[in-house]
Amino acid sequence: MNADIHGLSGAYAVDALDDVERAEFERHLGQCPECQDEVASLRAAAVELSHGSAATPPTALRASVLRQISTVRPMPPVTPTGTPAQAGGGGTVTSLESRRRRNPFTWLAAAAAAAVLAIGALVWSPWESEQPPPSATEQVLQAKDAQRFDRTVDGARATIVRSKSLGKAVIIADNMPAAPEGKDFQVWFQNPDGAMVSAGLMPHEAKPTVSMVLNGDASKFVGAGITLEPAGGSPEPTSAPLVLFEFS
Amino acid sequence: MVAMSAFSPGTPAPGENTASGPDLSELLRASARGDERAFAALYDATSRRLYGLVLRVVRDPAQSEEVAQEAYLEIWRSSARFDATRGSAMSWMMTIAHRKAVDRVRSAEAASRRDQSYESASQDRPYDITAEEVERSLDAQRVRSALESLTETQRGAVQLAYFGGYTHTEVAALLGIPLGTAKTRIRDGLIRLRDTLGMQP
Repeated sequence: MNADIHGLSGAYAVDALDDVERAEFERHLGQCPECQDEVASLRAAAVELSHGSAATPPTALRASVLRQISTVRPMPPVTPTGTPAQAGGGGTVTSLESRRRRNPFTWLAAAAAAAVLAIGALVWSPWESEQPPPSATEQVLQAKDAQRFDRTVDGARATIVRSKSLGKAVIIADNMPAAPEGKDFQVWFQNPDGAMVSAGLMPHEAKPTVSMVLNGDASKFVGAGITLEPAGGSPEPTSAPLVLFEFS
Repeated sequence: MVAMSAFSPGTPAPGENTASGPDLSELLRASARGDERAFAALYDATSRRLYGLVLRVVRDPAQSEEVAQEAYLEIWRSSARFDATRGSAMSWMMTIAHRKAVDRVRSAEAASRRDQSYESASQDRPYDITAEEVERSLDAQRVRSALESLTETQRGAVQLAYFGGYTHTEVAALLGIPLGTAKTRIRDGLIRLRDTLGMQP
């Protein structure tokens, strides 16, 4: 998909990829020992940069950390026979849970990456952990033929990731404002003949990032758009599109 | 300034991983078995580096404390997954902390709370001059020199990405360089840094 994906190793090593790029690169990383080595060495080099920044943490931090860890069991090691037992064992999964609440997509991307990494168990990564089965969103992000389309409007960014082979697409919106009272943002797929077909309503969530699997066989469409519609949505668009995507 | 006795072997090294410090990999392995005392020792050996990095990225001290706590919890939970053949324990822990810090500054909520209090917050408390302190300043000096071997754009790109928490596309915009070139500058810069520091590729 991206001939230049090796070139993302540096940005990945310093966490300078966005969530979608990160998921793409981690998918590649699972199969590329050279990139694994390079990422490890570049991360180590980046960590050296922090020598001048040491600072004494508040004294309360130590007690909070030690109190918290006493309530959480460390995850089991990755064993050669496969992924660790899921079960409730690892227990509270506090950090993942809180992370999921705060930013579902970041969590998803990390989970998607972990699912990939757990297969080889080769890659040094903090995120290989107990995984739920991949959700539809994760499957799309992990698909070999995943295509990505980005649009930015007034500081909000909408990204559609589509997998033709899965016939699915996911929309991820960053910093999207809430729809005005009595309105919904509606997503549309565009048929080859130009007609727009509803792909669903964006969830009303006051979160920095929201994601949604789009309704319909994404492989058949040539584009997508978002309009503002009366609450509950419309059978066809009643206002000009706020943003249009062309699937090429 | 610094007494030579600070270099004497056996000087305890409070607060940091140094040549004479505890074996962090061993502490992680013990933590994976549920040894909370080992984890406390790990905390003591790494918290100034780890919290300092988080504070540098997040800037707001209250949020930095939360992020550092999340990072330590993640380190505890995933301690069994640390693989010493793939890098040092310090690097592994700092990578977890950096990722958490970057996640925090990229969330819209945090962006509005992020303030300019970093300068005052980062004025470190008085710290006894010890072998660790000497080593730390030598390390910092070594890194400063290594950074000078980078081109200005490479240096800017690496620092904006690592300490600013910006994506490479944001870095490109901030530096006024073409989109798509910042990732190359970051990679080239890190490679040169690594090689100048004499680290294994």
